[in-house]
Amino acid sequence: MIFEDVVFFIAAIGALAGAAGVVILRNPFYSVLSLVGHLFFLAVLFLLLRAQFLAAAQLIVYAGAVMVLYVFVVAYIGGAEEPIGQNVPGIRPLGVLFAACLLAELCIAVIGTGLKALDTRGAHVANGFGGPAQIGSLLLKQYLIPFEAASYLLLIAAVGALVLARKRRGFEELTEEGRPA
Amino acid sequence: MNVTWYLVLSAFIFAMGAAGVLTRRNPLVVLLCLELMLNAGNLALIAFSRMWGNADGQIFALVVMVVAACEVVVGLGIIVGIFRRRIPEDVDALSELRG
Repeated sequence: MIFEDVVFFIAAIGALAGAAGVVILRNPFYSVLSLVGHLFFLAVLFLLLRAQFLAAAQLIVYAGAVMVLYVFVVAYIGGAEEPIGQNVPGIRPLGVLFAACLLAELCIAVIGTGLKALDTRGAHVANGFGGPAQIGSLLLKQYLIPFEAASYLLLIAAVGALVLARKRRGFEELTEEGRPA
Repeated sequence: MNVTWYLVLSAFIFAMGAAGVLTRRNPLVVLLCLELMLNAGNLALIAFSRMWGNADGQIFALVVMVVAACEVVVGLGIIVGIFRRRIPEDVDALSELRG
């Protein structure tokens, strides 16, 4: 039990540090690397919550595939640092204030629900809880339609990305005439 | 750990992501901060799934992951398109579609 608590605090601090790094670091490349660390610690938290399949999917799909996509795009567009000046003065403190209000509201909402099970370690679960066998049988029996809809959504997104990122000859000639490159 | 700890942690991560979306100007970093918010939602879903001892919440989290992957693919496609047209990568400058 004490071991679980220690692992929770280490993973929670790591996840918060990763999130802070994403928001604070000015170089987009470092932000992406910070998000990879954040995702790793989040996968540890998923493991503590007995979501083994999701922890593995988080590491393989997110930290493995999606982040590689980000790194490629940062390398492609050059990863320029952000300009420091602001177009609208005073917008940054306002944004932070809004986020703090959101945090307070979420905490009040969580603590004020009155759910008695919130103060426990959760219900007793069987040994295979959250494993690939249980997730697979749920996906193919109870949630078959969302599963198929998700696969169509991925297909549509892949085609959409191809359409967005391909070279359009006619359009590029038009812009080169219109503005000095 | 009690489930409340996980929920408060997820609220912290969500608020950090919201602050990033509101304050950062690089569209790529705005997408990264959206990822933070989606992941905070995932953490809350899985914590509730653990609380009830019911794996349905993990299925929801899986669907959120799929939606996040789609959002990343389309968003990065748009960013590459912005770069190709030599428009400055600044969300304040990308105001042509503003109503």
